[in-house]
Amino acid sequence: MHIHKYEKIWLIFGIGSLFIFLTIVGVSAFAKGNQPPSGLTTIDPEKVDQTPPFNKPGLVKTGDNEYQLNMVASAFSYTPAQVEIPKGAKVTINVTTKDVIHGFEVVGTNINMMVEPGYVNSFTKTFDKTGEYTILCNEYCGAGHHMMTARIKVVD
Amino acid sequence: MNETLKVDRRDAKLALAHIYVAFIALALGGLAGLLQTLVRSGKFTLPANISYYTILTTHGVLLGLVLTTFFIIGFQFAAVSRTAGTFSDRVRFWGWIGFWLMTIGTAMTAFFILIGEASVLYTFYAPLQAHPGFYLGLTLVVVGSWISGFAIFAHYARWKKEHPSQVSPLLTFMAVVNMVLWLVCSLGVAATVLIQLLPWSLGLVDRINVLVSRTLFWYFGHPLVYFWLLPAYMIWYAIIPKIIGGKIFSDSLARLSFILFLFFSIPVGFHHQLMEPGVEPFWKYVQVVLTFMVAIPSLMTAFAMFATFEMYGRSKGATGLFGWLRKLPWGDARFFAPFVGMLFFIPAGAGGLVNASHQLNQVVHNTIWVTGHFHLTLATTVVLTFFGAAYWLIPHLSGRVMTKAMNRLAIIQTIVWAIGMAFMSGSMHFAGLLGAPRRSAFSTYGNSPQALEWIPYQIAQAVGGTILFIGIILVLVIVTNLAFFAPKGETEFPVGEVAETAERTPLAMENWKLLISITVALILIAYTIPFIDMIQNAPPGSKGYKLW
Repeated sequence: MHIHKYEKIWLIFGIGSLFIFLTIVGVSAFAKGNQPPSGLTTIDPEKVDQTPPFNKPGLVKTGDNEYQLNMVASAFSYTPAQVEIPKGAKVTINVTTKDVIHGFEVVGTNINMMVEPGYVNSFTKTFDKTGEYTILCNEYCGAGHHMMTARIKVVD
Repeated sequence: MNETLKVDRRDAKLALAHIYVAFIALALGGLAGLLQTLVRSGKFTLPANISYYTILTTHGVLLGLVLTTFFIIGFQFAAVSRTAGTFSDRVRFWGWIGFWLMTIGTAMTAFFILIGEASVLYTFYAPLQAHPGFYLGLTLVVVGSWISGFAIFAHYARWKKEHPSQVSPLLTFMAVVNMVLWLVCSLGVAATVLIQLLPWSLGLVDRINVLVSRTLFWYFGHPLVYFWLLPAYMIWYAIIPKIIGGKIFSDSLARLSFILFLFFSIPVGFHHQLMEPGVEPFWKYVQVVLTFMVAIPSLMTAFAMFATFEMYGRSKGATGLFGWLRKLPWGDARFFAPFVGMLFFIPAGAGGLVNASHQLNQVVHNTIWVTGHFHLTLATTVVLTFFGAAYWLIPHLSGRVMTKAMNRLAIIQTIVWAIGMAFMSGSMHFAGLLGAPRRSAFSTYGNSPQALEWIPYQIAQAVGGTILFIGIILVLVIVTNLAFFAPKGETEFPVGEVAETAERTPLAMENWKLLISITVALILIAYTIPFIDMIQNAPPGSKGYKLW
């Protein structure tokens, strides 16, 4: 099939750009480890309260300046509702739900996860700046969805 | 059954019935949209304990599913009848069966939403559990659309039989591609509704596999947006050239782009599930690559459209690099509305690439940025193109003509829409970048300073939403006029002709066995392994919740 010369130029430019974008996304994901949260650990959603580490939700120190933050989502709140994190800490956030699907977004950061019954989702982030961050549910979960929130305080 | 210039009266009635339902859905769904933007401004609360989420579900179902599906099937019936000849009584009979099933299904779904038994939004994610009637209603809508699809296939097959070794009419071919796409993708939503959600909501089974259900939904959910977009592309490729007085740039490239849409719009659902647990990152990336491929036919379309415009302008004596722009019929709403839609597709498409990229998606996932995105793609590009088509399609079918006054009103309508959408979608994009979530009633999240920053943008959304609602009133005035009150007369159903310089279309483009095999192969490559993983490593299932 004949393709007009200008169209060839346009398509080479367009498709070339797409491949450049894909390469950037791919290198960032596979070489630099910037993969989206894709937790593969499963959990019985009805036994979250009895399953470690979610039987004692909260911040746990796991190493030198390394922490785990285990959080439980349920309609319409997070446990714990407030967390203090030391500045510069590298925190792996593990989150699961006891009932329906929830979101887990820390406003102003790249922390953004789907929280689905039966799975633990995780994301690791270093908190470099002091201040207060809002955690909110960004996946519709019912009548109180917009009231579902928690706070992270990063302190010196 | 030769090509006719006018759609047969009986086929016209069938097409019009679909279009009426579509515009009724626009009126009701638009009102719901207005209320949502007012609530989110924080200055207004809904009376009588009406839930924001009931209104939101109504808006999504009526505009995302009903307006689109009914307009598309009505338009396609008209286009196929116009280009491949009047339907047989049997095809038309099944078309009416499809129409009534879809209409009854819509009424049923709407009933259960409005009595508050199905505030699950139009994505109805388990384990939120709606009344079985909601799922049953949706099933009827999908089954009705399948019947209409098969009616179109039957008519196409008959045309091919009567015209051996001839290339089918472009609009008919495009309608067939779109219905094949629709059939292949809606198998996913049918599977989750019939095998998972319906038995579970009826209490026949206790538990549901949430991730499998979501994956089946998004296997359907992304091609769904191409099912909306392709009819707009049909209008751009095959009808706009005739409206401006030009020629179709290339018949074969138009068909090629539709074939690429068929291949690449289905195996891409994971780009809606990038932040999801239970899916290996490798498979997410595979589908991100396929998602980017679907931009290629859109690039081809952009080229073809502007090539058509420039060739026309130059044939009218335009000179200079952009002189041809001045020759375009800016005063003709049939051209102006879709053209504005095209312009909005430029930022919309760029935003789509942002959404499909892992790391960028992490910033905008489930924020109101995404809502802003599809109010550009669907609610501007597609919808303005449909409005532009309605301005000739409805009078053609109703045997009337559009007056100059109505044309002027339609130009104003387009401008009102563009301004309203610039406000609403623009502020949605900005608020989304600041983290404001989508699908949420007004909230300051305990007076969080971050959430307070969003309020000015939310007020701008309400301003935009109000302007858009005025746009809806205007289009309803025009459509009602064209259907019932405009002067009687003949309106052309414009169908473009191919430029003399274009090459003959290869017949291989209608090798459906090959096309469908490639489509299925790509789906199997993208989905088989992650899907088996989901089932083999499934957590305990979920029981249903009614949390509204």
